[in-house]
Amino acid sequence: MLNSQSPLLHVRSLSKQYGPSCSSCARLTGPEQGTNICPECGGVVACWEVSFNLFPGEVLGIVGESGSGKSTILRCLNLDEPPTTGEAFHSGVEKGKTNLFTLSSQRKRLIQSSLLGIVYQSPHLGLNLDFSAGANVAERLLIQNNTPEYRRIRKRTSSLLNKVQMPVKRIDELSGAFSGGMQQRVQLAKALAPRPMLLLLDEPTSGLDVSVQASVLDLIASLQRKTGVSMLVVSHDLGVIRLLTHRTLVMKMGRVVERGLTDQILEDPQHPYTQELVASVL
Amino acid sequence: MAERLQALLGQKGNCRHYTFAYLDESAKREIRRRTLKAVAIPGHQIPFASREIPIARGWGTGGLQLTMSLIGPEDVLKVIDQGCDGSVNAVNLRRLATLTTGCRTTTRTSDATLIQTRHRIPETPLTRGQIIIFQVPYPEILRFVEPRETVTRRMHAEGAYHRMWTFLYENVVQWGRITIGFRYPVMVHGRYLMDPSPIPRWDIPKLDQSPALMLFGAGREKRIYAVPPFTKVEPLAFKDIPFEVEHQAGARCSRCGAADVFLDEIPDEESGRIRWVCSDTDYCDQRLAARGESHRA
Repeated sequence: MLNSQSPLLHVRSLSKQYGPSCSSCARLTGPEQGTNICPECGGVVACWEVSFNLFPGEVLGIVGESGSGKSTILRCLNLDEPPTTGEAFHSGVEKGKTNLFTLSSQRKRLIQSSLLGIVYQSPHLGLNLDFSAGANVAERLLIQNNTPEYRRIRKRTSSLLNKVQMPVKRIDELSGAFSGGMQQRVQLAKALAPRPMLLLLDEPTSGLDVSVQASVLDLIASLQRKTGVSMLVVSHDLGVIRLLTHRTLVMKMGRVVERGLTDQILEDPQHPYTQELVASVL
Repeated sequence: MAERLQALLGQKGNCRHYTFAYLDESAKREIRRRTLKAVAIPGHQIPFASREIPIARGWGTGGLQLTMSLIGPEDVLKVIDQGCDGSVNAVNLRRLATLTTGCRTTTRTSDATLIQTRHRIPETPLTRGQIIIFQVPYPEILRFVEPRETVTRRMHAEGAYHRMWTFLYENVVQWGRITIGFRYPVMVHGRYLMDPSPIPRWDIPKLDQSPALMLFGAGREKRIYAVPPFTKVEPLAFKDIPFEVEHQAGARCSRCGAADVFLDEIPDEESGRIRWVCSDTDYCDQRLAARGESHRA
């Protein structure tokens, strides 16, 4: 899958700090210090100088414990919140020459709605539970304000729900009435609606029981193979990472401590934290 | 009816203890500045410092403040409430305006320079130079789909109206058509989604390319917005499910016989039958007058 093409997504020195910050924040936090709260100023270093490339068709995993900063990276890359410092370039936006974070909020909204798709861990973040499943998917198709055609939207919504193995006859049921696994499928259909180049998955199966987890993961993997969409998968679950990803970053206390091919990392972990992580898999 | 109103209002301009048009000069100036800004950004809501006036919030204070800030001694004012010049609310607002300005009033749409209205646009087409002022209870059209003001403001800023579209989609899924009867969402100049105030769908097409300046005032919510003359105003609708105005097949006004107007439904308790009359009383009176029949209130 790795190829010599130019990257779809190029992230350079992405850092995000919450609360106060001082000049010693970077020095006094991190895996060696065992904390991501700066003892000097009390600010939180959620992630620090994270850089990576994501190539077209590639699936990149970010693994790490709770609070390691992996979801923060995803939120920044989904343009939900701005990073403290850092740059990101998307090959679909001005040929990858413009830093996404410097764009106007209108442009960000447009990119978010046409080039990106996200699946959150909890459905209430990604779905409007008071709307039907169909409406949730249709919302992404209705983003361009030019007069849409109802029947066409309806048809495309049905075909998307079909794609994620949802019974199409349930299209008009409230998404709040669905089971967790179904809700994740609706989220997936919603994320895929505008045929995005990049799919962001934030712990897509963490709230589900194992059998449902397996079927949703199968679905994600097969959709990825069929459409060739690039994915960034955040998970604390090495099983998910093993099943879905080609390459992996391991994060701890806001820093990337190890990176490489997923198989390599799982078979021959180098960093003590990764070793601990691999050894602790039940 | 016009004579009766004149008699009722009687002593013009006898409230000398008040400033002209009740509001103090700085208040009027502030409202005019906001209005200018609103005209410059069609459909965009401008906050203003809604003043206390001797009318309860929610009874047309926004519209009245706009009227008071714009009215001059030469103006001819018309005030309607759901199309009617003679309803209590309209009479009271008109009386306050005449007592504090001494300006002339009229019920004839074509004679008025300023028209303050609640929930209707007159049937008689408005003309260049006229100003129509709407009383607005809820200025935020996105309140249908989002309760937080901070979020709706950002949605307007980013032109992100997909939630409203989704609302319409869901409406069609449930009912097979768009069921919004009043406060129908309209896109102004292809940029801002606007609440046209609770006018019926019948009046929505009159907003588009109107020769008259249209101002909207929400006193309780402290917002002013505007549609300048000859501005494109389109109701949101799907290509294959177009916008439609109300239509009662076969219904005619029982006074003047008009069919192509917005009609009020009046049930007759004794006979159990339904009667229709023009919602715009002036339009109805004008039609009767043209036929030489006497006015009936």
